[in-house]
Amino acid sequence: MPLTPLRLGYVPLIDAAPLIVARELGFAAEEGLAFRLLRLGAWAQARDMLGAGLIEAAHMLAPMPVAQALGLGPALPDLDLAMFLSQGGQAVAVGAALAARMRDQGHDFDFRDARKAGLALQRAASARLRVGVPFHFSTQLELIRHWLGACGFSPALEVVTVPPPLMAESMAAGELDAFCVGEPWASSAVDRGLAALLLPGTAIWAAPPEKGLVLRRDFTVSDPQLTGALMRAVWRAGRWLDEPENRDTAAEILSRREYLDLPAELAERGLTGRLQVTPAGEFRHVPGFVAFHAGAANFPWKSLAALFAQRIARRHGLEPGPAMQKAMTHFRTDLYRAHLREAGAALPGASARLEGALAEDREVAAEKGQMILRADAFFDGTVFEPPFAS
Amino acid sequence: MDKRLSIVVIEPDPERAAPIVDGLREVGDHDIRIISEETGLARHIAECRPDMVLIDLANPSRDVLEELALASGPTERPVAMFVDRSDEHLTRAAVEAGISAYVVDGLRPERIKPVLDAAIARFHMFQRMRAELAATRAALEERKVIDRAKAVLMKARGIDEEAAYALLRKAAMDQGKRVAEIAQQLVLAAGLLSCR
Repeated sequence: MPLTPLRLGYVPLIDAAPLIVARELGFAAEEGLAFRLLRLGAWAQARDMLGAGLIEAAHMLAPMPVAQALGLGPALPDLDLAMFLSQGGQAVAVGAALAARMRDQGHDFDFRDARKAGLALQRAASARLRVGVPFHFSTQLELIRHWLGACGFSPALEVVTVPPPLMAESMAAGELDAFCVGEPWASSAVDRGLAALLLPGTAIWAAPPEKGLVLRRDFTVSDPQLTGALMRAVWRAGRWLDEPENRDTAAEILSRREYLDLPAELAERGLTGRLQVTPAGEFRHVPGFVAFHAGAANFPWKSLAALFAQRIARRHGLEPGPAMQKAMTHFRTDLYRAHLREAGAALPGASARLEGALAEDREVAAEKGQMILRADAFFDGTVFEPPFAS
Repeated sequence: MDKRLSIVVIEPDPERAAPIVDGLREVGDHDIRIISEETGLARHIAECRPDMVLIDLANPSRDVLEELALASGPTERPVAMFVDRSDEHLTRAAVEAGISAYVVDGLRPERIKPVLDAAIARFHMFQRMRAELAATRAALEERKVIDRAKAVLMKARGIDEEAAYALLRKAAMDQGKRVAEIAQQLVLAAGLLSCR
């Protein structure tokens, strides 16, 4: 039987791994699909190409479909997040000069304690801190705002959009004091001697949802078989990726010229969670730095849509209540249940939950038996209660 | 309305920038600037406040423009984009989206004109709407001033509204000014007198 071609867009980051692995290791072919992967330069390009039907699905920042749902983007057809592709994978970095000041003042770059790092940053920063994030609607921006807000950061904070591959250049050009970006771009800046890593995203929020598999709603309606096959292929790739012994292989595949086109050693750092935090060669090990599957990482909790919607709505002068309700309809727990049940995915009983409530991994009731949810606490103990759908 | 359009082209590669600039020159006499640096894009654009930004669809810096578009509103700065494939669908979706127009078939100069024309037409439409809105607001303001002037006259001279307006109109005609101007002067004078 010939394989059905499917065009998928991705931006070169280690968290594009589920799409790349699904193609390279045959998970797509097993579902009767031939993935045609298009490497994209910009997140806006992913959104517009998906909206225009030039690709069937995209690797996309999880808050982007929320922003679209709230009318904060071009008027494209409805976009839905069918599942998460990854959690974590981001790092906060500070410029070399700022890092040196922090070290002189006694900060040890332990890579664990977000409050300590925030206070050290505050002591070392000047009157204004310019922080780069990859996109205006991104987990990175939410992490930075949450982290510095909870630390009572007082210097003026200026958050600016900088494309991931340009974070290092922008820092070198004196445009940025710090940035939060997905791997391998933070490590790449360290390698070039321009920055030191201050925190992994997981030190701020234990399970920050990072990328989603985003489709057009009309495609999920008109092509449920293809939608299901795509989701299962990507889900199996994520399961393979979360086997620790497979991460080195994944780094080799991802770093190939046609994908990230970078030294495998660089991709390996984020994938294995063994990060070099300074140009001088100090390493820190972060278990669970990036997750592709374990602990229900793929389940598109409606409460996460609500969490992003509330924050985005407040910043853009929209009513948070209706924004949360609208956003929740774009995180498709129904598709996840329908299409991944037969693949054997553990399915939680509820589709929304308190976010940030789990300080450690916990076993909960699933549709069948039990499942383990990954710890998802914020460093400051914030718990977000979504409006539960009746 | 027919002031020169200021257009910024974001293109790091001079060889790719040249045909775009040529294409733009053919379209009209516009103030064209090329930005080739990749860092500090937001700052550069904010500094020159262009009417229009041209950028390649796949340019990573497009995400920076998104933030600017969000901050200024799509009506402030139309963004036209170039893509390397011919796709009617994308063009339509993008143009309908309001913030962007795509040129199909990449950077061929002869392809620039129609899309640019569309973007410019759209830009002028928004400008016209804004001008009309401003005119409506000004007219409202004038009517309010005239009403206040009439009230002043009615009270001071014990006359009715019609007579007050006739008085204003006569004064305007005598001095070769607009009724609104006379009304403005009267309101101002009345304000000064009552503040004694």
